[in-house]
Amino acid sequence: MKLERTELSLIGVAIAIAILAQFSPNWLVFTLTLAISTALVVMGVVMLMRAGLVSFGQGLFYCLGGYAVGLGGRFLGITDALVLVGLGVVVTTVVAMILGLLMTRYREIFFAMLSLAFSMILYGILVKSHGLGSTDGFGVVDWTLLGFTPGDGQATTTALMLALVLALAIALFLNRYFKSSIGLACEAIRENEVRVEYMGISHRKVLYINYVLAAAVGSVGGSMTALAAGHVDPTMAYWTISGEFVFIAILGGTGHVAAPFIAALIFTLVRTYAVELAPNAWQMILGIVLLLIILFLPKGIWSLFTRKKGAAS
Amino acid sequence: MTTQQPRLLKRTLLSVALASVGVMGLAGAANAQDDTFKVGFVTFLSGGASGPFGVPAAQGAEIVIDAINEGTLPAPYDSKGVNGLMLESVVVDEAGGPTKQVEEYRNLVQRQNVDAVIGYISSGDCLAIGPVAEEMEMFTIAFDCGTSRLFAELDDPQYMFRTGLDAVADNVGAARYLAETRPDAERIAGIQQNYAWGQDSWQDFTLAMEQLMPEAEIIANQTPQIFQGSYGTEISALQTERPEIIHSSMWGGDMESFVLQANARGLLAQADALLTTGESGLHRFDGQAPNGTILGGRGPFGAFMPDNELSEWFREAYEAEHGTPPSYPASKAAQAILALKYAADNSGAEGVPSSEQLAATLKGAEFPSVSGTVRMDLANGHQAVQPMYYGEYHYEDGEAELRNVRSYPGECVSAPDGYNAQQWIKEGFPGVDCD
Repeated sequence: MKLERTELSLIGVAIAIAILAQFSPNWLVFTLTLAISTALVVMGVVMLMRAGLVSFGQGLFYCLGGYAVGLGGRFLGITDALVLVGLGVVVTTVVAMILGLLMTRYREIFFAMLSLAFSMILYGILVKSHGLGSTDGFGVVDWTLLGFTPGDGQATTTALMLALVLALAIALFLNRYFKSSIGLACEAIRENEVRVEYMGISHRKVLYINYVLAAAVGSVGGSMTALAAGHVDPTMAYWTISGEFVFIAILGGTGHVAAPFIAALIFTLVRTYAVELAPNAWQMILGIVLLLIILFLPKGIWSLFTRKKGAAS
Repeated sequence: MTTQQPRLLKRTLLSVALASVGVMGLAGAANAQDDTFKVGFVTFLSGGASGPFGVPAAQGAEIVIDAINEGTLPAPYDSKGVNGLMLESVVVDEAGGPTKQVEEYRNLVQRQNVDAVIGYISSGDCLAIGPVAEEMEMFTIAFDCGTSRLFAELDDPQYMFRTGLDAVADNVGAARYLAETRPDAERIAGIQQNYAWGQDSWQDFTLAMEQLMPEAEIIANQTPQIFQGSYGTEISALQTERPEIIHSSMWGGDMESFVLQANARGLLAQADALLTTGESGLHRFDGQAPNGTILGGRGPFGAFMPDNELSEWFREAYEAEHGTPPSYPASKAAQAILALKYAADNSGAEGVPSSEQLAATLKGAEFPSVSGTVRMDLANGHQAVQPMYYGEYHYEDGEAELRNVRSYPGECVSAPDGYNAQQWIKEGFPGVDCD
């Protein structure tokens, strides 16, 4: 199997981050882990966007992934991080396979509202679950990784490495997926659904597979957030969080598999420095930055890179 | 030219974006100076909890910090600074949920190099921060959050402290106040915000009522959404049940809206409201709450502060600065800052005291505060024990005041170590001491 240029650069960047992380301050490593986790959920939003669907309920899968880690550790006694992430993916896939049957019938605002509704149902259930701490949530158990127990101060770096490996694997897969027949069919469906049907492709099937995949990817993001932050709470399924994912997706653009990662990193860094520099007006700074990007880069941050390439060739 | 310009703009944008990311990554290495003590103060500056709690708390903290640096506090805090060092605060917004707060906490400790962290109004944030504080070995004081799970879920805490009381004390105290002042009440109803705080409060209150007023009947509980604002349906539902007492743990704007609407609808003419956080509305009701409404202040805070030199100083200083007397969140924030000064002054450290020195000094300590003497007696010396106060609202000639105020000692309202709070109530308060 020959690796193409994008894949080589993805691997290169991942290795570079892994090496730089050894010399970076701990807070940056942690922020990076959260940004990568967020980017994975955003990736799910982007996958749906490529098929012309906007999900305002991706928090559902983010939350399922997070709670699978929390509950798996607490009630099933699982401590291995990979098993916990896997558990989240299994649970999320099952839920998405059921919801997908209904969701793929809807388009546009109806899809957006319905996805929002399902994630808010999960939020409502969790808020009513007094035994799970209701809105306070609960802590995630100390985890291990393939028999290795991260010692004092190693947990953040280990979490980043795990997130990097998972994100790289997912990015490589999605890069190919976007160019596969099913990935291209998604874009075709966005352009003209009826024509796709006439070409002999079932748009329901394509959208269904795409929906379930997007959910599974989002779940990994939620699980990684839970492992890194050490706490889960129902806010993960709240609609404002889902809105944040949509926003980062727009920020990055749908042009490339790397776009959500760059956008998530910029979003997180702008937010954390805005909070530090202007504790009373950080939302305004964040809003202005995002507004400027949308005004001047309507196709997202990624359009900067494509434009440059176009000019060079 | 027309195509050139946007391209140039985009290129500039790209380079600015990349450069700023790079700069951000490298910045923040600036170390705290040796002659200052840097404390991170985390409180709500935006969102629904900022108005009633977050901002008053920040104001209360600021007044005490300024006075510490000027050396104008009453004894025993009349020395300048903390352990002779200037006290510098970094204020952070608590909005955004536990995951974001964990991130900001790490940033405070590692990027801003604070020497201690004080903060957290939300219980969810406290629960998330506890293990991180222990992991990062950073002296941390929770000044307001009320969950009884904080130290139950933290094995052998070393660095995490709480200088306020938990919500169990609020609700056991509320039940005791009812048992003393309304022993004949038979029909008890409730209205709580539908989230952890409301659910926990109602659970603790009803458990305590079963023990203290077994004759009374719990007839209804309404759970509106948080920040709902309009309580017409809930008030009608409560009215049909004809309660004599309505317990509510609602806070801030929700609590005030409910009182105003329930009063206008006549609900509060047939029943007395018992508001566990009602003190924050004492100077805001302006007579719109009926006389006899029972108010709590989550301990000896705000209008319940006992008269001592510190509380008199704080009351005057706060009123001079902000035009109203301090409410309970302001007093609680002041108390946490005083705890920090006490720990730093008595740590015996040369220069900036370490987290270990601060923790060792505050652990099990007894220090004077705006709320009287605070004993760090529970959770192995990490949780404050203080009396719980309740009183009745009275409004006359444009002046609001508390009457029939009663206090219950800490041992009367807080579970001793080794007990799960709910278990302690169910077993009939073993080891209780109310004298």
